[in-house]
Amino acid sequence: MNRIDRLRGPAPAKRHNARTIAALTGNPGCDRRAVLDAAGVDKVRLSERIGFPGDFGQSRFALARGNAFEAMLKADGGAMLRTLLSAEKAGYDDLGADADDTLTARHARTRELLAAGDAGLVDHPLLTLPVAGQTVYLEPDLIAFQRSGQVRVVEIKSFAIIDGQADSAKVSAAAIQAAVYVLALRRLLDDERVSHEVTLVCPENFSLNPVAVVIDVRKQLSTLRRQLSRLESVSALIDALPPGVSFDVALPASTLISSLSEVAARYAPECLSTCELSMYCRSEAAGTTGSLGRSVREALGGVETVEDVLALASGTLPPADDQTEAAALLQAAARLRDEALS
Amino acid sequence: MAGEAHAPLAAMAGTSVRDPRLFVVRQPRNRDERFGFAADLAELLLPYLTSFQGLTEAVAVDRGRDVRHRFTDAPQVWLPNTGGIDFLRLFGRSTRFRRLDGDYPVPPSVPLLGQWLTFLASSAEVPGSALLPNAVQALGLHWATGQSGAEDAHLGSLMAWITEGAEAARQAETGPVAGPATDPAFDNGVLAPLIADASPDLPTVLRELLLPTWNQMWHALELLAGLPEGGRVGARWDGDRDAYTAFVQHLEEGGAPQPRRDGAVAAAARLQRLENAATRYAVQRAFDDPLVMAEYRLAGSAFGGVVTLANPDRVDDTGKRPVLRPRIMVATSEPVRVEVGAALTSPARPSQKARVISLTPTPTGTDVLLELSGGMGRKLVADPGSVPAVGERLLLTTLSEAYRPGSAFPDPSDTPWTHGGPPGSHDESAQPA
Repeated sequence: MNRIDRLRGPAPAKRHNARTIAALTGNPGCDRRAVLDAAGVDKVRLSERIGFPGDFGQSRFALARGNAFEAMLKADGGAMLRTLLSAEKAGYDDLGADADDTLTARHARTRELLAAGDAGLVDHPLLTLPVAGQTVYLEPDLIAFQRSGQVRVVEIKSFAIIDGQADSAKVSAAAIQAAVYVLALRRLLDDERVSHEVTLVCPENFSLNPVAVVIDVRKQLSTLRRQLSRLESVSALIDALPPGVSFDVALPASTLISSLSEVAARYAPECLSTCELSMYCRSEAAGTTGSLGRSVREALGGVETVEDVLALASGTLPPADDQTEAAALLQAAARLRDEALS
Repeated sequence: MAGEAHAPLAAMAGTSVRDPRLFVVRQPRNRDERFGFAADLAELLLPYLTSFQGLTEAVAVDRGRDVRHRFTDAPQVWLPNTGGIDFLRLFGRSTRFRRLDGDYPVPPSVPLLGQWLTFLASSAEVPGSALLPNAVQALGLHWATGQSGAEDAHLGSLMAWITEGAEAARQAETGPVAGPATDPAFDNGVLAPLIADASPDLPTVLRELLLPTWNQMWHALELLAGLPEGGRVGARWDGDRDAYTAFVQHLEEGGAPQPRRDGAVAAAARLQRLENAATRYAVQRAFDDPLVMAEYRLAGSAFGGVVTLANPDRVDDTGKRPVLRPRIMVATSEPVRVEVGAALTSPARPSQKARVISLTPTPTGTDVLLELSGGMGRKLVADPGSVPAVGERLLLTTLSEAYRPGSAFPDPSDTPWTHGGPPGSHDESAQPA
């Protein structure tokens, strides 16, 4: 058993999917998240265990709508989807549902189908991607569409495109996820066989009628590549941890918390919507300038805690050499505030 | 309702804290129920929205050569957060094109409500407009909390911090959300079974879910009403009344629903209006609120000082006609990041311009020599009090309330090809889904 697996304990590793890999790129400076994700630790269980449960459920209504939209597109051998992509005559292969024991076989079948280069849609292909020095299988939730020797990722999403506009946060999340698939497909095939353009299929306006839009994900691809190469250094990080550190969720909360304190987090308020452990990191970061958001952290660069900020502003704390400028500004701000409120 | 951008589940509205009206859709996926909800909401909202058309006042235009009329008051609809505004915009979009005939006929109040909601939502994009304000933003303009913006966006948490402090804000995070989206745990644990069983308890449960937010909203309004009114708020409300009056006229003339998308010329003109409004609003806030001005002073684009010398009768007679150009010297200890030649104004004398003649560093800061023009009467002797006297404390800034003329835009029929050509050349007005 290697060190990475030992960190997690006997529990099975959390499987990655495009969403978790996309989330890794959200806060690349966070060692804690990198280590926990590389080790496949169940962060939901972990945060419950240490008394900081988050709220990361998905609404049944949203799931139901998403599933209904996808089922409608894929019914009758993907008839509706093929019409939308103007690929009426193309084949449609569904590689089926997900089970741990058939992964290798499905991966081989995926490679075989795509390498053959026949025009058609391949649903649920199984792909792999090296993450933090380990090869992970990607939970397949995409369709690879092959035509004239080029493979294109087709992503089905259930958020609506209204009058040609959609929620920009949702579109950019979808683009990063699609980029993960493009990267994984390129590992399987040659780079030039996989298009950097992906097709997003969404409901149009207030109906369930599908509409397809093409998105260029080159920018997302280069971001992902950079972050994934950074993650490779996570094994060095793990090797440097003290021997007692473990995130086995069967351990008592106090042990887990002392293990967590060995790996530095980089909390930002954005974590609250993307990381299952964020409630814990937030309470740990209480009183720091970073917990007020990136803009505050940057404006007060070099001053770590709110307490120090106030002490510098009131002049009770002599500033360090690199803080003199910040201290002068803080004192001016305090004087102006007093004047305005007097 | 999660997963669907436009499917309302429930709304609570009213004009008194003691009289909340609850509107519920029992089956959110049912089209008829959805438009039934819209019709019910219209029954409450439309009478309110149209109730300000009693009195008008005359406003001089074109330098007094003409006159137009505007209503003396206008409606104001409050929402908890910007998510609510986005929802109303989409709800307006989904209702304003509904037909009174055809396969899914709706009562006339439904498309009318859609037009009103679209009008309100688009006015909310104008910085400083107060027709459709939201509580989170309004409170955030006046209170600073020790939590991040992401946490402040939760109305319950923000209100708890303001009224009770940090500990209460954490507790409130697990409380009911202000919408428009419901909490996934509530969806899965409470809502789904109620909807599946078509339970008669649904309205009661939703009332309980919405009431805390309802009460917080009224409490927030109370807090905001306790603040002193800014001197320039009235002028902005004039603009809102103009917009309201114009929209009422548009409806009276049988106005068509707002287009799905603006044409190129309309979009460019609107963008410029929004940019001007944003600049004007930023300046007005700084002039009205010393705490906002403090930020500009910290950045050096405004500074406070004391008048040390004044020559109020100075006349410049180098030109064709002699003109009154008093000079004053202002000593300041604050950072001054303006250049010689820059035009400054003082919030106390907004119609007076002060040009920087020279900047002299002193042991305690800077001496700024200024030449004044405007706001001193028509004679060659300044009106009493119009020139700052020695010893007066003065605030000077590069911010200016000066009128910014709009650019000239082409007629829509002359839209250049770079912007898609004249509308109608490709079918933009097709019936929407």
